[in-house]
Amino acid sequence: MSTLLRLEGIEVGYGDLTAVREVSLEVRTGEVVALIGGNGAGKTTTLRAITGLLPVRRGVIELDGQRLDGLSPSRIVARGLAHVPEGRQLFPTMTVRENLELGAAGREARARRHETLEWVFRLFPRLQERNRQLAGTLSGGEQQMCAIGRGLMARPRLLMLDEPSLGLAPVVLKTIFETLAEINRTGTTILVVEQNVARALALSHRGYVLENGRIALSGSRDELLASGHIKQAYLGL
Amino acid sequence: MRWAAVIAIAVLLALPAVLGSYAITVFIFIFFYAFLGQAWNIIGGYAGQLSVGHAAFVGLGAYTSAMLSIHAGLTPWIGMLVGGVVSAALGALIGYLGFRFGLRGFYFVLLTVAFAEIFRIIALNTDWVGGAQGLYITFTGDPRQFQFQDNRVYYYVSLGLMLLATGVVAWIERHRFGAYLVAIREDENACEALGVDTFRYKMLAIVVSAFLTGIGGTFYAFYLFSLQPNSVFGIPLSVEIVIRPIVGGSGTILGPILGSFILSPLAELSRTYFSQGGWTGMHLIVYGALLIGVVLFLPQGAYPALRRLLLRVRG
Repeated sequence: MSTLLRLEGIEVGYGDLTAVREVSLEVRTGEVVALIGGNGAGKTTTLRAITGLLPVRRGVIELDGQRLDGLSPSRIVARGLAHVPEGRQLFPTMTVRENLELGAAGREARARRHETLEWVFRLFPRLQERNRQLAGTLSGGEQQMCAIGRGLMARPRLLMLDEPSLGLAPVVLKTIFETLAEINRTGTTILVVEQNVARALALSHRGYVLENGRIALSGSRDELLASGHIKQAYLGL
Repeated sequence: MRWAAVIAIAVLLALPAVLGSYAITVFIFIFFYAFLGQAWNIIGGYAGQLSVGHAAFVGLGAYTSAMLSIHAGLTPWIGMLVGGVVSAALGALIGYLGFRFGLRGFYFVLLTVAFAEIFRIIALNTDWVGGAQGLYITFTGDPRQFQFQDNRVYYYVSLGLMLLATGVVAWIERHRFGAYLVAIREDENACEALGVDTFRYKMLAIVVSAFLTGIGGTFYAFYLFSLQPNSVFGIPLSVEIVIRPIVGGSGTILGPILGSFILSPLAELSRTYFSQGGWTGMHLIVYGALLIGVVLFLPQGAYPALRRLLLRVRG
């Protein structure tokens, strides 16, 4: 499998504060990779840096062998990357349909948006039912579906999800993670950031554990599940 | 909706036949301020970037076409477009500084106010453009020089401007551009994360808004035949431009028009009425009171409330 996303020793911070240092990771085409860790470990910061929402102070970010760091978010998204942010960040006064269409920002995504929309509706039939409803009036689970759907509208090669499990009931969570597995099976590579470590690893092929802004551990799903450190610190076993 | 618009336009076209000359003047103010409010609406209402310095664009457009007319003999019909382009360039500069360096909210407000003030002070102190006295345009009544004997021509020109800006806003609202502007207003960070080039769309919005406002400057100059830095670049004019869409409903297509129909006659009448009684400036107090009322009771402006009311009546 070829490498789709590669981070090499990146450092990201806010003002005097360094939030993430010497983080290296890679996501290969077709994989689901989990980036796990506790609160404040630097997971969201890492994703925001990949999307170009935060400047990278040191290191290299590459998508398919091409440098991403230093590019604007709109350029980065046009290269085939979509970021589903933490807390959904939908446009509450716009309809579900309008929110989805806003996800098709790049030229190619826009040209093929009707086709993509059909696919998104097949994945999340609930969104089609709520098509014309204002996004602010959706339930938490539906909002998460809408946010994922909006990300898919960019027709990304790499879909990055920030805490998709946040604040969702277990039943809804199960549906959403099953759909994520299906999205991956049909050819979209996924990088998922999660605090819900059990959920995230169940979906993923491999994982990285971020602690205090550094990669503390990495490996295949089975290796991570077998690790004493993971069991103790994250799974409460 | 479409029929209502056609009927409204037909009525406005026929109206001068029955109106007296003072009423026509009031309507000219209504249309002209609705036009300026509509131009502001693009950047302030839809994109949510609160400019309180739009007088800078009016003033620059007005001075450009007046200077070209006085010194180069260029007809204001063309000077109008030159003024629009010069204002658009200023809009691009303000936009670049504000958006490239991430000035949002109050900081953007201050930036726009500062630019209008800078131009006011420059105009006040530059003898070449008339200094504090300003510029005076000799009345010839020649339509080729944007001067008309008959007040009704100004009525139609101002109506045309209002419809032009409204047409532009209607176009924007129906296209992707409009959706991006609203998304930027609602949540700029989320919009950026989706890969929308927010800088580009905000720039486009301020340039279009400034261009239209700059065109308005020519109307201002050649309707009043005089230009003073304090009135044409002053904060009061910027407030007049902002207050109509806010009262009527900013970010809606009819908001600025409705706001102007409410406020312009009120301003005109209270100005006439109060100044006769020696209460100059009293209309500003009326404005203040009205604005407090709108903020308290109709925070989204009059148009959304009116729409809800109409929908309820229709059942």
